[in-house]
Amino acid sequence: MGLLSDPNRRKALTNLLTRLNAPICMVCYLAAIVWFMGLAFEPFTLRTYMSENAMGSTMVEERFSSGERALSLAKEFDAHKRKAGGMPVEWLVKAMQARGLEVFTQSFSRKLPFPDENKERYMVRGTNVYGILRAPRAPRTEALVITAPCSPGNSDNQAVGLLLALAQYFRNQIFWAKDIIFLVNEHDLIGMQAWLEGYHHTNITGMEYSPLQGRAGSIQAALSLELSSDVITSLDLILEGLNGQLPNLDLANLFYAFCQKLGVLCTIQGKLQRNDWDTAEGYTHAAQTMMLMVLKQACGRSWGDHGLFLRYHIEAASIRGINGFRHYKMDVATIGRLLEGMVRKLNNLLERLHQSYFFYLLPSLSRFVSIGYYMPAFGLLAVILLLRVSFPGLDHFTFFNPSGPGVLTVLTPVVISHLTGVALYLLPVHLQEMAVEHFPVSETEAVVLTAVAIYTAGLALPHNTQRLLSGEGTEQGWKVLKLTALLYLAVLLGCTALINFSLGFVLAVTLVPITASMTPHMPKALSALAMVLLSPAFTILYCVFIYQELIEAPVSVGEGWMLFLSVISQGILDHALYGSLVYPLLALFIYPCWLMFWNILFWS
Amino acid sequence: NINDDTLILLFILLDGTKNGETFAPAKDQFQEELVIRPLHSGDIYASFQFRTLWDTDFLQEGQKKVSHYRLFPKSLGQVLSKFSVQELHISFTQGFWRTMQWGQPFIPSPPGAELWVWFHDTVSDVDGNWKELTNVLSGIFCASLNFIDMTNTVQPSASFKPLGLGNATDHRFLRYATLPREIVCTENLTPWKKLLPCGSKAGLAVLMKSEKLFHSSFHSQAVHIRPICQDEQCTSKAWELRQTLNVVFDHYTSGQGKKEWSLFKMFSRTLTEACPLASSSKVYVDITDNPELFELSPATPLLSQAVVLGDRRTYSVYDLTRAETFGQLRSFNLLLRWKGDNMLRPLLHAERYVAGFGLQTGEIHTVIYNNHPYRAFPVLLMDSVPWYLQLYIHTLTVTSKSRDNKPSYIHYQPAKDRHRPHLLEMLIQLPPHSMTEVTVQFERALLKWTEYTPDPNHGFYVGSSVVSALVPSMVAMSTNFTQDQPLFSSFVPVKEESSYFVRVYTEPLLVNLPTPDFSMPYNVICLTCTVVAVGYGSFYNLLTRTFQVDEPSPPLAKRLANFIRRIRGVPLLA
Repeated sequence: MGLLSDPNRRKALTNLLTRLNAPICMVCYLAAIVWFMGLAFEPFTLRTYMSENAMGSTMVEERFSSGERALSLAKEFDAHKRKAGGMPVEWLVKAMQARGLEVFTQSFSRKLPFPDENKERYMVRGTNVYGILRAPRAPRTEALVITAPCSPGNSDNQAVGLLLALAQYFRNQIFWAKDIIFLVNEHDLIGMQAWLEGYHHTNITGMEYSPLQGRAGSIQAALSLELSSDVITSLDLILEGLNGQLPNLDLANLFYAFCQKLGVLCTIQGKLQRNDWDTAEGYTHAAQTMMLMVLKQACGRSWGDHGLFLRYHIEAASIRGINGFRHYKMDVATIGRLLEGMVRKLNNLLERLHQSYFFYLLPSLSRFVSIGYYMPAFGLLAVILLLRVSFPGLDHFTFFNPSGPGVLTVLTPVVISHLTGVALYLLPVHLQEMAVEHFPVSETEAVVLTAVAIYTAGLALPHNTQRLLSGEGTEQGWKVLKLTALLYLAVLLGCTALINFSLGFVLAVTLVPITASMTPHMPKALSALAMVLLSPAFTILYCVFIYQELIEAPVSVGEGWMLFLSVISQGILDHALYGSLVYPLLALFIYPCWLMFWNILFWS
Repeated sequence: NINDDTLILLFILLDGTKNGETFAPAKDQFQEELVIRPLHSGDIYASFQFRTLWDTDFLQEGQKKVSHYRLFPKSLGQVLSKFSVQELHISFTQGFWRTMQWGQPFIPSPPGAELWVWFHDTVSDVDGNWKELTNVLSGIFCASLNFIDMTNTVQPSASFKPLGLGNATDHRFLRYATLPREIVCTENLTPWKKLLPCGSKAGLAVLMKSEKLFHSSFHSQAVHIRPICQDEQCTSKAWELRQTLNVVFDHYTSGQGKKEWSLFKMFSRTLTEACPLASSSKVYVDITDNPELFELSPATPLLSQAVVLGDRRTYSVYDLTRAETFGQLRSFNLLLRWKGDNMLRPLLHAERYVAGFGLQTGEIHTVIYNNHPYRAFPVLLMDSVPWYLQLYIHTLTVTSKSRDNKPSYIHYQPAKDRHRPHLLEMLIQLPPHSMTEVTVQFERALLKWTEYTPDPNHGFYVGSSVVSALVPSMVAMSTNFTQDQPLFSSFVPVKEESSYFVRVYTEPLLVNLPTPDFSMPYNVICLTCTVVAVGYGSFYNLLTRTFQVDEPSPPLAKRLANFIRRIRGVPLLA
C-alpha cells in the first residue's frame, strides 16, 4: 500500500492512468472480448463432475421396458385429445387413476394483454391434470415433478404416453422416498405458471386458476419432457429459465451421466459435442454452443416448461427428444430408462441440489465455465466505465459549487429520459386500442409499433427539452451529466451481470465503447449514427441475426426485421405472463441511461 | 345447536374427569386383538391392539416401590412410578395416514414420533421430570426422543385431555412434543415387541415380522398408558397399557395388481395359537361391505357388530383361544379376494402446506374440510410451530366459504427465540359441507451458524397440526360400557350417542430457511483476513508515518567535495 500513501508514486500512477486513459480502455475492451471468446477454448474450461454425493455412482440397473405401452398410450392420448379438442381431462384422469395415482385437476384462464401471434392465442382457458404417486412411508414433505405438455397438433403425444407408462412402472416400485407428481400441463408455459402459482398459492401475474386440492410438500426437482416422435436420435437438454436463471449444474451432470451410461446421444443447444478442440472447427463449435447459451440466457425467457420452476427454488430442466437424420435411433424405452435413472437418483437426494454451481456457461455438456472464470470478462468492461468516471477531466468542482452547473441542469435530462422510459414501458400495452382504431394494424402489431415509435421519438425529445429549460449548457454541465450517466450505467450493468451474466455482458459489449467515449465535441452526424447503431434496440436486432446464424437458419433482412418485432412482442408478453424482467429493465433503466448519453452528444 | 356442540366439545376436552370408564375385571389380564379392514382404496389395514391391565395403584397409596411385576412390563412400570406419570401416550409413525383414501384410523398418530404425558399433580418440577422421562423413553424405545427439549415442547390448553381416570385439567402438568423427522424402523419395533407378555413368540405378535411390516404404505406403533377403573363402581384404579400397531399394506406394489390377500401374504406367517397368557385373543375382519367388495375364507359363523367412528360395522370374529379356529392344519390363514372398488369421503379431513416462495417470508395454510352434508360442528385446531418461523399472528385469518369465521376460543403463546415454540389453539366452527382455511404468515429466521442441522439444505420440519373434533355420528354411538366390546372401539370414551371423537393430524411441513453456503467459511476466513490485513496495514501506515520533504541526495562529485572539505575543516557546500 505504499503505492497509495506515497504521494509521488500516487501521482505517477494517476498521471499514467490519465495520460494513457484511452489506450488502457481500449486494451481492457479488447481483453474482455478475447477473454470471453477464450472461455470456449477447452483447455481453459473445467470438466463437469458430480458434486452431490447422494447422486454418485450406484449399482442400480434401470429396468423400465414398457416402451410399446408408452407408444400405445400416446396414440390413445392423441385420439382423445383430438376428440376433446384440447386436454382430454376425463380420459387422463381415468388413465392416471388406473395406474394407482391420486389424481387432481386444475382449471385456469388467462386473458393475454394482447394476442400472441406466434402461438395464436388471446383468451386462454385450460385444465392441468396431475397425479401424485405417494411414496410409501413418507410423510408428504418432499416431491419430485415430471411434466409433459399437452400441445396442440401432433406434438408431445409420446411425452404424455411415456409419462403414463413411467407412472405405472414407478407405482410398482417400493423404494420411493419422495412423492412423485406426474403433471400434464395445457397451454405450455401458461398452464405451468397456473399450476406453480396454485401449488404455492401465490398470484404474481394475475392468473385466474382454481385452487389445487392435492399437494405433496416441498418440490425438490422437476423434469420436463418433450417428445414428439416414436424414435429419436438424440436428446437435447434445455437449462435456460426465466430471467436467465439456471438450475444447479448437478442436474445437467446427472443427465449427461445417464446419457453416457445408456449410450444416448445428447446435445446442448442442439449441438453435439466434438472431441477435436485443438482444431479451428472444434473451437468454433464450442464457441457457437456457448454463444447460443449466452444469447438464450440474455433474453431472459423460459426456453422450456421447466423455466418457471426456478423462481420457486426448484431445480428443473427440460429434456427434448430430437428425431434427426442420423442412423442411430433409440426407442422410447431407452428414454424411459434414462428418466427412471434420473428420477431414482433425485429420489436419493437427502438435501436440495445445492452442491454444484448455479452460475455457469456450457461450451459443451462435459465442460463448463464457472462464474469465477467468466466474471473477469465483464469486469474488464466495467473497469472501462470506472476509468472514465475517474478521469474525464472533472477535477475541481462539486455539485454544489455555486460557479458549477446547477443540480437542475443535470436533473432535467435525467428525469426526462426516465419519463421516456416509463412511457416506453407503459404506453405500448395501454394504447393498443387507440392505435388499432386509428391505424390499419392488428393489436400485436400496434403494441410493437407503438414501442418502436416511442423509442424513436425518445431520440428527439430529451435534448430539445433540456435546451428549452435551462438555456445554454455549460462545459461542466455535460461533464457532470456524463459522470452521473457513467456511474449509473456501471451500477446498472454490474447488477444485471450479477443476476444474469449474459444479459449484462451483451449490453456492456455494445453500450460501453460508445458511452465511454461520448463527448459533445465529436462530429455530430457520425457519432449520432454510431450511437444509434449501438443502442439497446439495435443490440436486440443484432442478437436476432446472430442467433439465427448460430442455429444455422440465417434470415434475410426483412425476415430479421419481422423476427425482431416478434421478439419485442414476446418480451412484453413474457413480462406480463410470467414476470420476466428483461423488458422492464430495458425500458425503465437501460434505455433512459442510453438517452442520457444521447443527451450529452447534443449538448450545446 | 352450534353453541351446544361447542360446549359439549369444550366440556369433553377441557374437563377430563371420569373419562375412560372401561370397566375391567379385577385381576391382571392381557387381551390381544387384530382387526383387518379392507380399505376402499383397495389397500388393506391391519390394526393390532394388545391390552395389559394391572390392578395396582402405586401413585396414591405411597406404594412407590412396587417390585412384583407379572404381565405389565417392568421397564414401563418403573418409569411410571419414578416420574409420577399419570398418563403416557407415545407413538412412532412412518408414513402419513391418507384420510381421503383410507378413512379414519382407529387411533390416529402423526408422522414421526409423538409423545404426550400428563404428570401427577403432586409433581413439583414438571420440566425436570419431562426432560428425564424423554431421555429414559429414548433408551427404552431406541428412538431419538432425547431430542425433545423446551424448544419443541408445548402445553396445549385444550387439545389433549386425559383419556383415563383423573381430574387433572391443569395443563401445567401436560407436556406435548412431536419429532416429525423421527424415522421408525426395526430397532423401534423390537423393544416395542419386548413389552408384550408373550413377546413375539406366540399369539398375534408372531405376525410381526419386520421385513413385511416395513414393506407397507403406513406403519405406526404406539404405547398408551392410562389409569382406568377396576370395576363398575370405580372404587380402585387399574393401569391399562395399550400397545397398538397399525399397518396399511399396498395391494398394488405387493400384490402385482392382483387383489387378493391372505395372512400369509401380508405377514409371511400364519397363526398357530393364541398367546397362552391372553384372556382373549381375537381376529376381527370388517365385512360390512361384504359381499360386494370381497369374499373371505374360511368363513366364520361368529359375527360381531360394533359402532366405530360413527359407523355401524359388522365383523367376522375368529377366536384364537378356540381350537376349531385353526382347523385341520393347526394353522390359521385368512384369505380375502376383492371384487369392487369405490371411494369414500371422510367427514373430517385436514391438510396443510406452505405458500409463497423465496426465503424471507411465507404463509402456512391449514385447510379443514367438513364433508357432512348438513351438520356444522366445532373443531379444536392446535399448531405448534418452531421458533425459527416467526409467526405474524396479526395476519391470522380463518375463512369458511369465503367468509370470515371468527374462532370462539383462541389460545396463543408466542415463541421465545431458542427457548420455546409458538403454540396456537383455536376452536373453530366448521359450517356444513365446507372448506375452512386458516392462514398465518411467517418470517424465516436467520439461525446462528452452529444452530443449523448437518443437512441444512434439506429444510426444517414443522410438526403436524392437530385437529380434534366431536364429529356428528351417522348412527347412534353406544355409550354403554358394561358390555364386552372389541378393543378397537373402546379406546376413546364416548360421552353421548350423537357424536364421536376424532383426531386428525395434518402432514408435517418442510420449510427451507436461509442457509449459508457451508463450504464458504474457509474462503470467508481467507478473504476477511486479507481484507483486514491490507486495510489495517495501510491505515496504520498512513496514521503513524511522519511525512517529510525528501532531500534529494547530492551528486557524487559534490559528496566527494564535501568529504574532502570536512576533512579540511572548510564549510560544506550546500
